[in-house]
Amino acid sequence: MGSILARIKQGRWWKFHGGIHPPEQKFLTMHKPIRNLPLPKVLVLPLKQHIGQKGDIQVNVGDNVLKGQPLTNSPHPMAVPIHAPTSGIITEIKNTLVAHPSGLSELCIFIKPDEKEEWVARHICQDYKQLSAQEILTKITNAGIAGMGGAGFPTNVKINTKVATKFLIINAAECEPYITADDLLMREHSSEIVDGIKILNKVLSAEQILIAIEDNKPEAIKALKKVTGSLDNFHVCVIPTIYPTGGEKQLITRLTGLEVPQGGLPSALGIVVQNVATCFAVADAVINDIPLIRRVVTVTGKALEKPQNVWALLGTPIKHLLTQCGYQKQSPEHLIMGGPMMGFSLPSIDISITKTSNCILAPSTKEIPKDNNEVDCIRCGQCADVCPSQLLPQELQWFAKAKDHDQLQKFNLFDCIECGACAYVCPSQIPLVHYYRIAKAEIRQQQQQDLKAEKAKARFEARKQRLAQEKIKREEKHRKAAEARKAAMNSNTAQAKDAKSAVAAALARAKAKKAQASDDNNDKKSQVSAAIARAKAKKQAKDGIATNKTTTAKTSDRLTKEKNADDQEVLDSITSSNTETTKPNTKKQNSNDNNNETATKEKVLTKAEKIALAVAKAKAKKAAENSSTHHTDSNLNSIDNDINNQNNTDDINAKKQRIAVAVAKAKAKKQQQSTESKNNQSKESS
Amino acid sequence: MAFFIASSPHEHNRNKTSQLMRLVIYATIPGVFAQWYFFGWGNLIQISIAVCCALLTEFTVLSLREKPNGKAIKHQLFDGSAILTAVLLGIAVPALAPWWIIVIGAVFAILVVKQLYGGLGHNPFNPAMAAYVLLLVSFPVQMTNWQPPLSLMSTHLDFANTLSTILTGYTNEGYSVAQLRTHIDGYTMATPLDTLKTNLTLGLTIDESRKNMVFGENFALGWEWINLGFLAGGLFLLAKKAIHWSTPVSFLLSILIFTFIAYTINPGMNAPTMFHWLSGGTMLGAFFILTDPVSGATSVKGRLVFGALAGFIFVIIRHLGGYPDGVAFAVLLCNMAAPLIDLYTKPRTYGQINSNNTTKELT
Amino acid sequence: MSILIAILVLGGMCLFFGALLGYAAVKFKVEGDPLVEQLDALLPQTQCGQCGYPGCKPYAQAIANGEAINKCAPGGEDTIKKIANLMGVDVQPLDESHAQDNTPKVAFIIEEDCIGCTKCIQACPVDAIIGAAKQMHTIIADECTGCDLCVAPCPVDCIKMIPIAQTTHNWQWDLNRINVKTIDADDYSNKQSNNVKTNTTEEVNV
Repeated sequence: MGSILARIKQGRWWKFHGGIHPPEQKFLTMHKPIRNLPLPKVLVLPLKQHIGQKGDIQVNVGDNVLKGQPLTNSPHPMAVPIHAPTSGIITEIKNTLVAHPSGLSELCIFIKPDEKEEWVARHICQDYKQLSAQEILTKITNAGIAGMGGAGFPTNVKINTKVATKFLIINAAECEPYITADDLLMREHSSEIVDGIKILNKVLSAEQILIAIEDNKPEAIKALKKVTGSLDNFHVCVIPTIYPTGGEKQLITRLTGLEVPQGGLPSALGIVVQNVATCFAVADAVINDIPLIRRVVTVTGKALEKPQNVWALLGTPIKHLLTQCGYQKQSPEHLIMGGPMMGFSLPSIDISITKTSNCILAPSTKEIPKDNNEVDCIRCGQCADVCPSQLLPQELQWFAKAKDHDQLQKFNLFDCIECGACAYVCPSQIPLVHYYRIAKAEIRQQQQQDLKAEKAKARFEARKQRLAQEKIKREEKHRKAAEARKAAMNSNTAQAKDAKSAVAAALARAKAKKAQASDDNNDKKSQVSAAIARAKAKKQAKDGIATNKTTTAKTSDRLTKEKNADDQEVLDSITSSNTETTKPNTKKQNSNDNNNETATKEKVLTKAEKIALAVAKAKAKKAAENSSTHHTDSNLNSIDNDINNQNNTDDINAKKQRIAVAVAKAKAKKQQQSTESKNNQSKESS
Repeated sequence: MAFFIASSPHEHNRNKTSQLMRLVIYATIPGVFAQWYFFGWGNLIQISIAVCCALLTEFTVLSLREKPNGKAIKHQLFDGSAILTAVLLGIAVPALAPWWIIVIGAVFAILVVKQLYGGLGHNPFNPAMAAYVLLLVSFPVQMTNWQPPLSLMSTHLDFANTLSTILTGYTNEGYSVAQLRTHIDGYTMATPLDTLKTNLTLGLTIDESRKNMVFGENFALGWEWINLGFLAGGLFLLAKKAIHWSTPVSFLLSILIFTFIAYTINPGMNAPTMFHWLSGGTMLGAFFILTDPVSGATSVKGRLVFGALAGFIFVIIRHLGGYPDGVAFAVLLCNMAAPLIDLYTKPRTYGQINSNNTTKELT
Repeated sequence: MSILIAILVLGGMCLFFGALLGYAAVKFKVEGDPLVEQLDALLPQTQCGQCGYPGCKPYAQAIANGEAINKCAPGGEDTIKKIANLMGVDVQPLDESHAQDNTPKVAFIIEEDCIGCTKCIQACPVDAIIGAAKQMHTIIADECTGCDLCVAPCPVDCIKMIPIAQTTHNWQWDLNRINVKTIDADDYSNKQSNNVKTNTTEEVNV
């Protein structure tokens, strides 16, 4: 620690591996003050503007909101609230395009400003030094502050570490080309920033505070040195300009020579890094009770006539900013949110500014060419020379193309910070970072899937076990019941004896009856069974016609013929049942039609109708199943008929017939029941 | 109006592989100029034939391999890699070798060594050197018919004579290559390296051998200037950051160390370092062949090992091997070792506590 | 004589190595059948039964016993490749009877239509449906494997399989699929036309 401080005081910085010197292009905006913009016509506020969860909406469409009024709220620690950037009326809450590389939609609140700028009641803190750490944390949480450097990690979570903090590093490096938002903020508001740092340090109580700033911002350095000159644990560290110094890990190494362990956080080293704009927001929130509702945005690029830093209210559509800065339309349009190294292209001009948008880059067509001349990698190794994470980008690229996830992880893909240095220098113009992003997303998804599969497997096994246990329990219950009965039977009480003899008598009676029946009524029974079977066949033929779903004309024809040929002699016996079944069939057809109609028209249904509909659906489904099983049924029927025509004295035949009869009976019963219930229900519904 | 969507980084330093290749080709100019000055038109003719054959082969293969969504053939054809291979091969072969030697070499280099392995970036061996070794092994007579420097030749070898010799084997006056190589005194002249090797087997010491006129006043007549030319080209590439310093430096240092050891052990039988540095294909190998990124090691540490290994093999072959020069063999052997070198010289990733763990896992 | 020596030497070596192998087989015997476990780990664990086996593990067992490797519809090509790799056999195209898209889906119960018959609950292999008799059922989307086994038993067809919607969380850097909005050049100059178009997707966010 002592030697680190000594080196810092001497201005001898450690080195991190790699890095590049892209053209800075900061001259476009660095000499102009931050401009205030007129209010836009509408503000579009995404519910989630940071890493974490989105909060619950506290307002409704049509509500009047005041400037600074919280719009969302959530008890979840990773959810930071958003606030109304100005007073106005909420016109809509709906999904719309948000500032995300995917160009997907998320839930947003639309506010139409009323131009009155009415504030909610504010509690201006006269002396923040009196506040306790907990009070400061609450204020920061309520102000909705998330890291404004780019990642958007909730600030209250970041500064709420349990580990003792040795260094509080204020990241003012701003190493990306073009961006000057932090530079200008430091020049114009250095004392507020220092207040913010002091407030943060009240929570963190770090031993030393290092303000890291690249040497290409002389005026900001001067301003900061002026306000921190009298403070003894503040160090303004002027470090050489090289991209990506502003990366958290790189900055830590640059200043302290320490490396954040793989998969660990800087807090493990007793270091907290905060962006300089976040410090300003903290000061605003704690002292003036102004939540995070605006930020400095660098609107730059050679497609603009007046590139400048502007104070943009969160939710301001980019279109408004570009119009104010004199946007010259390019063909094709290319808008980048963030810097040219790590920013993402926008799919629309209607996307709004969020807490993390530090720059809108509108390059001219010449400035950033759009040709993609990717050629094969020649393993020149330039990417490995510039990689700040000391990875082997060319190897990773091959593994990424081959989707070799194991190797990718072995080569530490997840240590890639996506700074883009490798792709910047690649002579083969391979979009290396893009390959890594895809690979990372795939690996993450794979991991999630594996996790899900693991869970599914566990649940499946648990269910199997549960079913097995239930079965065992059921068997156990049955066994116990049987045993109890047996025990009762076997015990020598009079009751038991009576019961026993009664059972025996019943059995004997049943036997006798059965024997008689089989002797005498064979013919009669088989006739009845045949009749019922035919009736069934006929009904099914009708079903087939009525439902007209899957039965082919051929099948129904055959069935009708069959019916005509066979049914003459038993016509009488089935007339009644026939009439019974025909009615509901037609009804069913009607209800089917109804069903279709209602489905297509999507009427609002009453409860009764809904029930009817559900029943109809069930029936339709069953009917479809029935018609698909016609073949087997008719086969069964023909077997029955064959049996009919044969000589019935044979014992085996008799047995077969009895089975057939039982089956036919069961079927007929089922059919009857269903028709009855159908009748009842259709009555009910009508 | 459509929006342009791209992945970051949007900025690029606008270097291209083809530019890199072109730069390397330009860097060969001083060496080729020295070759022309001391040995005449032979190598320039060889280079032109090689370039034509290489482009033709490349075009044929690319047409056959063209995928429906593939990039334009023209784009790949003129990315400079095939031309560079041809130039290096043209420089490497004997100036008066018959035309079919260079044709076979160029076609083999592009077709087998480069394209059959998957094209640019996928070849495990340096195409020029692999083709050179193929020719050397298959046609030892033609490939060792080295022409002496013009100043030592009895016949005047102008452009027409050179062309005719390459195409027909005879000059316009009807001299064969063997006759061209004969000194006025009646003995056949060879390269300094050849002479040294032959004389050592004959029992002559280095100092005795160096009295031969092919050695000239310094180290090797003509060859020293050719090597200096390639050194100059190499330094130009270093200045332009087209190649990394690690491979040539470790290669030359390795040669220095091992030849110095050999020289201290037995000065009579081993040539001094400067001779090795400035004869044969040493500088061409150091700056143009070993620095081929495709077939070399990738990390700085790896390149240092790669260069040192190449230097070691180079010295071993020159001192103990059957062939007078060892650059081509050394390069090919090191190409084979490159993946292994890469594996063991994987840099420690930022924040990684112990790099040995991963290396162990990988093995 | 020399032949005899050769035969003796070779015979001796045979015996020695045979003994060595035999010893190794006894000493390093692998308990159980890890192949089934490995195969099971490759399968997607939807427990859908489309392969004709009651769950993923039984199918893994069957593959180990020589069943075709191309019957896992939810796993699709990727799973077949992985199994082929593990088993050392050729990759086969997905069994035609199972040919279907294997985009990840979840079941969704149209709750107004549900009659509370509990049939889907009984069908669900991972107990991802909650509900009781005569009570409306619903699906725990996080637990649903998308096996669609609950769709067939439903008597009122109120279960739908819905593809999982793409959100900013699960988006996979597919830049080519970004819905780029085109705006009219004249319209641009008109300040703030209030018609912020939304990305209309038919997919339901689950």
